[in-house]
Amino acid sequence: MLELMQQIVNGLSLGAIYALIALGYTMVYGIIKLINFAHGDVMMVGAYVGFFSVSMLGTNIVVAMIFAMLACALLGVIIEKVAYKPLRRATRIAALITAIGVSLFLEYTTIFFLTPQQRIFPQGTFPVQDYSLAGISVSNKDIFIFISAILLMVILQFIVKNTKTGKAMRAVSEDKDAAVLMGINVDNTISVTFAIGSALAAAAGVMIGVYYNTINPLMGILPGLKAFVAAVLGGIGIIPGAMVGGFILGILETLVSGYGNSLYRDAVAFGILILILLIKPTGIFGKNTGEKV
Amino acid sequence: MIMNVFANRWGKLGAEILILAFIFLFVQYFITVGVFNQYHQIIITSLCINIILAVSLNLINGFTGQLSLGHAGFMAVGAYVSVVLTKFMGMPFLVGLVGGCLAAAAAGFVIGVPTLRLKGDYLAIATLGFGEIIRVILQNIEYVGGPAGIVGIPKMTTWGWLFAGVVITIATIQNLINSSYGRAIISVREDEIASEVMGINITSYKVLAFVIGAFFAGLAGGLYAHYFYIIKPETFNFLKSFDVLVMVVLGGLGSTTGAVIAAAFITLLSAALQAFPAIRMIIYALILILLMIYRPQGLMGNKELSVKILGKIWSGKNDAA
Amino acid sequence: MMLLKINNLCKSFGGLSAVLNFNLEIRENELIGLIGPNGAGKTTVFNLITGVYKPDAGEIIFKGENIGGLPPYVICQKGIARTFQNIRLFNNLTVMENVKIALHKNVPYSLPAALFRLNSFYRGEKEIEEEAIRWLKLFNLDHRREEIASSLPYGEQRRLEIARALATHPTLLILDEPAAGMNPNETLELMELIRRLRDEFKLAILLIEHDMSLVMGVCERIYVLDYGQVIAEGKPEEIRNNKRVIEAYLGEEV
Repeated sequence: MLELMQQIVNGLSLGAIYALIALGYTMVYGIIKLINFAHGDVMMVGAYVGFFSVSMLGTNIVVAMIFAMLACALLGVIIEKVAYKPLRRATRIAALITAIGVSLFLEYTTIFFLTPQQRIFPQGTFPVQDYSLAGISVSNKDIFIFISAILLMVILQFIVKNTKTGKAMRAVSEDKDAAVLMGINVDNTISVTFAIGSALAAAAGVMIGVYYNTINPLMGILPGLKAFVAAVLGGIGIIPGAMVGGFILGILETLVSGYGNSLYRDAVAFGILILILLIKPTGIFGKNTGEKV
Repeated sequence: MIMNVFANRWGKLGAEILILAFIFLFVQYFITVGVFNQYHQIIITSLCINIILAVSLNLINGFTGQLSLGHAGFMAVGAYVSVVLTKFMGMPFLVGLVGGCLAAAAAGFVIGVPTLRLKGDYLAIATLGFGEIIRVILQNIEYVGGPAGIVGIPKMTTWGWLFAGVVITIATIQNLINSSYGRAIISVREDEIASEVMGINITSYKVLAFVIGAFFAGLAGGLYAHYFYIIKPETFNFLKSFDVLVMVVLGGLGSTTGAVIAAAFITLLSAALQAFPAIRMIIYALILILLMIYRPQGLMGNKELSVKILGKIWSGKNDAA
Repeated sequence: MMLLKINNLCKSFGGLSAVLNFNLEIRENELIGLIGPNGAGKTTVFNLITGVYKPDAGEIIFKGENIGGLPPYVICQKGIARTFQNIRLFNNLTVMENVKIALHKNVPYSLPAALFRLNSFYRGEKEIEEEAIRWLKLFNLDHRREEIASSLPYGEQRRLEIARALATHPTLLILDEPAAGMNPNETLELMELIRRLRDEFKLAILLIEHDMSLVMGVCERIYVLDYGQVIAEGKPEEIRNNKRVIEAYLGEEV
């Protein structure tokens, strides 16, 4: 029982990271129906910005995270304006291919300038300390990741629910054409969505740096894919769904590598994905909609 | 035009055989006399394998309209099963290849039946997931070398096998598409509800297209494995599926000639950029983005390149695409 | 002989009853109209008969067999064909291909014959080609053969949709507002065509139509639907003078 609790606690920080990335996926999908395959790579760029902020500017990790978020918010907006905006009226598959193109571009540009080698955060960036609570051990790393992730999600909820921008975002994802008629600036709203989603991914990137201590140019691929699974699990386009999906996935994955075969860890995400798609394709929080004939 | 085909059926077949024999002998001659060196032969091999992959995925994505991102998984099944049959069990190459194809087709059936109920993006993700699961399973089977894969596969794939593979793939898929069964498949892409109300069992035609597509992906896998000496699960990850998807979309969804041209274009492009490995993928990515922005319907749209259209372009009467 | 008998058919969407205890009978070779105000549930009835929707309760007996809830393609194979209110042609395909797809139901050669181009394939394709041309000629669309379906004028698209439905060799043809968007002249031609088809192919036809001149002109019996229920049934002249019908259509000239 204690062992199980320990594994779940271990899964929480990983789940928080997945949830943060999943939020960006889900927000972008909700608003322009695009699976933004480059999202994981934006996270990677965020991790690098955080890394250089710590190693070259000597900032602490919180400042590094803020730098990373700002830089990636800008990057997200640029990607949207340059690559996705011209394709808004094109087929979904053309947009998907473009997203793959952007993903490859970010990965290999990073490799070109920064070499494919992995980098290790400098000693002392985050002095690890373990606490024990009722027999369960928690590190300050995990606490830091969990708390900052929750904080960001609360801020996001506030923006989406209570600000004018948030209302515009919801309106655009509900019905783009009607939103235009209501005087909402759709272009700006989409840009803001990309900025927020990318900033969250950047935060997650820095957290992954803290979590695994190493980063590399291809680090975004797998977490990106898994976060996407988390978004589908919760119901794509639904913000609370992405959070819940992220935590479920993180915990299950930790359980599988803790109890079973860690080689099958990566299969867990996809197994869950397929189960959910076959049982309830719209996800845990999704609504079923039929086609009108 | 169709009446024409009936009238000249045997004549047309004869002409096709003649052209094919010419292409085959032409390349074979250059290989034999050594004009095509090792490097050229690797490009030719990749080219043929990519054509088989692109044309078969185009059946699923282009003609049937079902967005699949799991093609590399079926290629992996074909590659592994064929190697197990030839290297581990000592069967002849042909048996290995056919076995690989059948195994891939069976995998296509098993995966297709549950997933093809899904639509659009959901189907895309589910197939991507299944493709990755195939890879993870292969990584965990000690018998086939786990993550390290199988090394020392006898080199049996020759130009003859490759050429036959390409011709059979294209001929089968074109024969299918240009038949009543093919029209049923296309009707599924056009309007599922209308198609079903016209008496077409849309699920079974989706599965049919999926199984045939997987069959030929398996063929590509078998040919690949017996040329490049080594296979490992990582080779067949979802990025490989993306590669094939890119060829299909670049060529134009629903155009077999488009798929062939795009497969050739991508293969030659990556060969040409081999000299600049650092910027190769960056250029590749930029070309993808630019092409999608300026020509999202692909090079050919859904049209086929034919002698007739070439003639029209020549006389300047028609914009080909 | 009774061709179609619907007993107590029910369908609701999210608690809202679209069709409630609906009953209907069609004999062979009969021409029946289904009318009612907008939102009365007429198209829902069609979708239930053709399997696009699954009924919540009730039976749809076609040729002595309950077909309620079967998938659409099976129902088509049993002999029911339909058109759609908002025309669902295969828009990017040619007129010819549209009809050929309907002929796939009775495809005269096997899949291997197609893949390996056996003799039966060439024979079968020729049969399909000839039959498709026959249908197009019948509907005066022969000259449009190689044109893309969506490029046809509206009236011709409607005719093509009927041709395509008939090519599945139905015994019951269901037409959802066939005259919608047609001018009076075209409507008159359509009436003529519907009568002719019924006689020539020994068809039973069930149609939804708002154009009262068409309904009253061709239908032998008419069912009137309001709020998902049949409020009247009878010969055109009976319907014309029915009080409840007039009320339902308040303001509309019947």
